[in-house]
Amino acid sequence: MMERTASKLVSMHQAVAEHVPSGSMVLMGAQLEQMIPFAAGHEIIRQGRRDLTLVGPISDILFDQMIGAGCVSRVMAAWVGNASAGMGYCFRRAVEKSIPCAIETVDHTNLTIALALHAAAMGIPFMPTYSTLGSDLLKHNGNLREFSSPVSEERLVAVRALRPDVAILQVQRADASGNAHLWGNLGVAIDGARASRKVIVVAEEIVAHEVIASDPNRTLIPGFLVAAVVQEPWGAHPSPVQGYYGRDHDFFHEYHDQTRDPDGFERWIKHWVADVPSRAVYLRQLGDSRMGGLRVRQHALSVPVDFGY
Amino acid sequence: MVARSFSRSELMVAAAAREIHDGELVFVGMRLPMIAFVVAKRIHVPSAIGLFENGVIRDTPAPGLLYTMGDPPNLLGAMHCGDMLSVMSLLQQGRVNVGFLGAAEVDRFGNLNTTWGSRDGRQIRLPGSGGACDIASLSQRTVVLLEHNRQRLVPRVGHITSPGNGTGNGWRREQGLPARSGPSAIITTMGVLRFGEDGEAYLASVHPGVNVEDVLSNTGWTLRVADDLAMTAKPTDMELAAIREIDPNHFWTKA
Repeated sequence: MMERTASKLVSMHQAVAEHVPSGSMVLMGAQLEQMIPFAAGHEIIRQGRRDLTLVGPISDILFDQMIGAGCVSRVMAAWVGNASAGMGYCFRRAVEKSIPCAIETVDHTNLTIALALHAAAMGIPFMPTYSTLGSDLLKHNGNLREFSSPVSEERLVAVRALRPDVAILQVQRADASGNAHLWGNLGVAIDGARASRKVIVVAEEIVAHEVIASDPNRTLIPGFLVAAVVQEPWGAHPSPVQGYYGRDHDFFHEYHDQTRDPDGFERWIKHWVADVPSRAVYLRQLGDSRMGGLRVRQHALSVPVDFGY
Repeated sequence: MVARSFSRSELMVAAAAREIHDGELVFVGMRLPMIAFVVAKRIHVPSAIGLFENGVIRDTPAPGLLYTMGDPPNLLGAMHCGDMLSVMSLLQQGRVNVGFLGAAEVDRFGNLNTTWGSRDGRQIRLPGSGGACDIASLSQRTVVLLEHNRQRLVPRVGHITSPGNGTGNGWRREQGLPARSGPSAIITTMGVLRFGEDGEAYLASVHPGVNVEDVLSNTGWTLRVADDLAMTAKPTDMELAAIREIDPNHFWTKA
């Protein structure tokens, strides 16, 4: 049998230490409200990264936390806030008052973020769209440029390709080489993996290569694109992972209520991130009963497909 | 039969559900429209299909209350789970009949702002477009839901996050936006606004128990009133029963 690629399994600490230096452009939250890599974001905060550019469609409260922790100097996103409660206070404080530091915002839409990553995934400088014509996003975001179609009598917007230094993608399962199965809503994950210079896969489960190879259609991230694989059960909490655990809605509301002022945020980040050495400790703090309430109550297995010939 | 009482948000959900016609492709959006889509599916328009920008397409209502479009019940039994471009491609082709949006501010021409708000004279940074600008740019009809007051309904939005009719009729075509697209209705806590040939909003109906004068005094510009001003239809018992079955604890439909 052919030798397969060596294992890329590392700890979250190692993955972040090696692949997410200060100054990086990082894609996170590619699957919108599902599978947000909170554990990875918390490790980035603990390792004190600075001057990051965050890229993502909506990100929910992860971007807010990383901004509040002072890791971020630029956000290129369609939406930054709290999907349950609306606004993100850290984002507001950073933009309005430069607390804890000033950030540059490059406002996209969900479609223009998707097209920016698609262009990079395709290896071309831009993708065209009608979206944002007439909007103030077009005026303020230099990565959106109006142009005349060379093949029709129309004006369009060119969305400049965006090539993140690293994409951090949460998935259901992967093998040790980084071949990853994910399912559910995919957002911009597939293009994000191809667009980025490096990929860190964070998996709920590490499974044998044979499990992954049994369903190649579900292998949406091919392992050769992947620099590191981290096994991190519950790594997306409080966001959901289809088939593993639900969304902890209360957690989003609690975050909103507890981070209204900088002191509140400092207490929150100390309690849930800074003083928490690992995800295992985070989960102990979360507690069995809370986790129990989020576990899958009724499994819904798909019928296997036949790859035989 | 004694008519049941209902909350303003229940009325808005029922009104939103009636904006969906049978067989249509609907960009569902977040919050109240998530419930409106389910009510519409169950009662008015069984063949409508819901699209969610995270990549989900549903032809059946989700089996549980949704707080976000990415909640696990929205994926179980979906017609399709794909990537964002798999649904945004349908939107850009012009196949989506109606899209629902919320907003911090809307103006007399239906332009929306979800990027910069003001509070006590200070600028406050709001979350931004998400998919709103895409939906407002590309769907055939756009329906906006928001609270009715002078801070929300303003003469001119401070920032066009999502384009409506710009400065009036013809503006969208001048910008290059698709011919068959644009704002269709604004459903507020007080009434329903629609758009005239000139691209400006007018009051088409007031909700039960609301005075026209109150609507006008709570609107930031001189709002025109339809000659045939109607009263917004109350939610039917069937609609209310559906809303309360979907949202039994009134998470979305309390006020």
